[in-house]
Amino acid sequence: MAAPGFPTSRRSVLKGLATLGAVALPGFAAACSSGGDSGSSSSGGGNSVTFGSNYSDSAPKQAFADLTAAATSSTGVSIKVNTTDHNTFQNNINSYLQGTPDDLFTWFAGYRMQFFAQQGLIAPLDDVWGKIGSNFNTASQGLSKGLDGHYYLVPIYNYPWVVFYNKSTFTQKGYTVPTTWDEYINLAKKMKSDGLIPFAFADKDGWPALGTFDIINMRVNGYEYHMNLMAHKVPWTDSKVTDVFNQWAELLPYCQSGATGRIWQDAAKTLENKQAGMMFQGTNQVAAQYVTDGKDLADLDFFPFPAINPTYGQDFMDAPTDGFCIAKKAKNTTAAKKVLEYIGTADAEATFLKSDQWDVAIANNANVPTYNEVQKKSVQVISACKSVAQFMDRDTDPGFASNVMIPAIQKFIDNPNAGNIKSLQSSIEAQAKTIFLS
Amino acid sequence: MSTKTRRGSFSPPHASSSPEGRERRLNNPRKSRRRLRSLSGRDKLVVAALLGIPLLADLVFVWFPALASIALSFTRWNGIGDFSTIEAYGVQNYKIATTIDPQFWPAVEHNAIWLGVFVCFATPLGMLFAVIIDRNIKGSRIYQSVLFLPVMLSLALIGIIWELIYSPNYGLINTLIGHNHDYNLINWLGDPKLNLWAVLVEASWRQAGYVMVLYLAGLKAFDPSLREAALMDGANPWQTFTRVVFPVLKPINIVILVITVIESLRAYDLVYINSHGPVLPGLELLSILVTQNIVGEQTRIGYGSALGVVLLIISLVPITIFLVQNFRREEVR
Repeated sequence: MAAPGFPTSRRSVLKGLATLGAVALPGFAAACSSGGDSGSSSSGGGNSVTFGSNYSDSAPKQAFADLTAAATSSTGVSIKVNTTDHNTFQNNINSYLQGTPDDLFTWFAGYRMQFFAQQGLIAPLDDVWGKIGSNFNTASQGLSKGLDGHYYLVPIYNYPWVVFYNKSTFTQKGYTVPTTWDEYINLAKKMKSDGLIPFAFADKDGWPALGTFDIINMRVNGYEYHMNLMAHKVPWTDSKVTDVFNQWAELLPYCQSGATGRIWQDAAKTLENKQAGMMFQGTNQVAAQYVTDGKDLADLDFFPFPAINPTYGQDFMDAPTDGFCIAKKAKNTTAAKKVLEYIGTADAEATFLKSDQWDVAIANNANVPTYNEVQKKSVQVISACKSVAQFMDRDTDPGFASNVMIPAIQKFIDNPNAGNIKSLQSSIEAQAKTIFLS
Repeated sequence: MSTKTRRGSFSPPHASSSPEGRERRLNNPRKSRRRLRSLSGRDKLVVAALLGIPLLADLVFVWFPALASIALSFTRWNGIGDFSTIEAYGVQNYKIATTIDPQFWPAVEHNAIWLGVFVCFATPLGMLFAVIIDRNIKGSRIYQSVLFLPVMLSLALIGIIWELIYSPNYGLINTLIGHNHDYNLINWLGDPKLNLWAVLVEASWRQAGYVMVLYLAGLKAFDPSLREAALMDGANPWQTFTRVVFPVLKPINIVILVITVIESLRAYDLVYINSHGPVLPGLELLSILVTQNIVGEQTRIGYGSALGVVLLIISLVPITIFLVQNFRREEVR
């Protein structure tokens, strides 16, 4: 349009473009040649490793920094931490592990780890476990193994999913901790008549209610059935699944209304403000939220979800375990294994938990002087379990959990009548059949 | 009858411009042919580069991904391993989408509702704002700024702002109207009967401002003598708008229509932010389902691609209509 009068000549623009291209192209080429072993990376060889971390919130980030510093001083391996926002980290794990991953990375126990191990993206750690094995009980050893029986993960902490309450509310109103379903419902009724919301409840994020499904399923049908259902060895149309939804439907009238529009932090706030009597979630969320909001953590207490089926009592719960793996494409496996040998000790876990007020150590005889009441009780209730599950999105295909189960359970919460339960079950089963193929 | 002749007399600006255009077009080929003959070798290289690079970019960034998606939509692949791990799957992905996936048909419906609300409500509202502001009413600059403000915010930010406004216990609306108690709570973003409309309010809030600015630019360039002429002929404001202003602004109307269609088909950000995780029941959109299947720990590349192809086909309808219309007009001229 205005080109004729334009002072810059066509040639000079082209020259500029050519230089730009010359600068940009090598960068582009370098970006393309991903995964090459020869690629010069910051990790180099010898005595340094890189550590991909999803501990992006400030508190765990600090705890993680303490841990890596201690690991460096103990093993002499220098560690470069690359922190990524945890959501992004998890969403990109697939291409991350296939591209140029860090030597070590933060991950989760359960099927979520086993899947990637099966795909050959995580390095086996049998030699590391040869040294640290005695530090852990059989349950934790089992959690660290892939489907092929080899070790792939070194755990760092776990935390229980339990029913939280404020001690002050219980003392003031004279409530007692329920251990059976009837006591639980009666307590909820009493709270309602006292003007309290019996259960603070939120499911906008989608995952919190998966925990409620897990626990009711484990209480009604037991751990083994739950794990078989997660692996889709039992169809979702099974009448035992209907029992779980029916049981849950009994509880819903006492749960905070409008859950699908509320984020869990807001639900935790209703408990903090003592407008709600109880809340079922992980210590990693509720206790952490009390600390974030500067509330009195000493007033917070919890009890394991009450028994429903006497056969199973209170034998099981979700206690998600986080830990560390070595990528198959790691450049410095030797040094990375040295770091994991240190991390798999009670000392290392105690270092990590110095600034963490809600998770608990896994190693035997871990001596953590910084434990508060919530953490001490967490250790107790977890060790009292016969088996612990990880969480629905860790025990089953994560894509199935987030794309099928989360919307189905949100629809159930919006409309818990029998007809809807039936149609949801058959829809879940039809979708599961397209996901769990081979 | 009289209106027809009057309308005819208003068209001269168009009519007079076209002969010039024709002349220009007639001149061009001759000139460029002459120029082509006198090109040096180096110039030819430059021309080749200038045409080649955009062509390459077009192939790499538009055609390759589109064709690859279509090809992948007939396969099953979890995105792990090399291409040999991709299995052929026939039209199974499309079958799953239309018969099993409970989110697919709601997503199509919501995309259609989104388009409908934009075409019938948000865009006309923006035009109304523009017309009112163009009349230079008192404080029109302030209104203009206020209405334009949302357009300057990113959609993600708009989503966050409205999420706070709609928040059930601590949100602005529920607090103001006293519906933030457990017994009378209004679940704006969670209730599947309500949430799409709540999000459409957010979307319209921005879309109206966007359309207003575009339309205002058109109105400012509008020849005032045409309006005077209409006034002389005794047209009332409504008649002036519908029979003079609106037809003359046809080019800008088309731009606005295209933008409206594009904005409603690419709707994503607001729903993503307001769902705060996997999409909430009642808010499903095709674009969201595509990313939920393709991005994540456990990906279903084939299935996500099939949904992407469905979205592509839907998008092709308005694009084709627009292009056909445009080319036809060129030919007529």
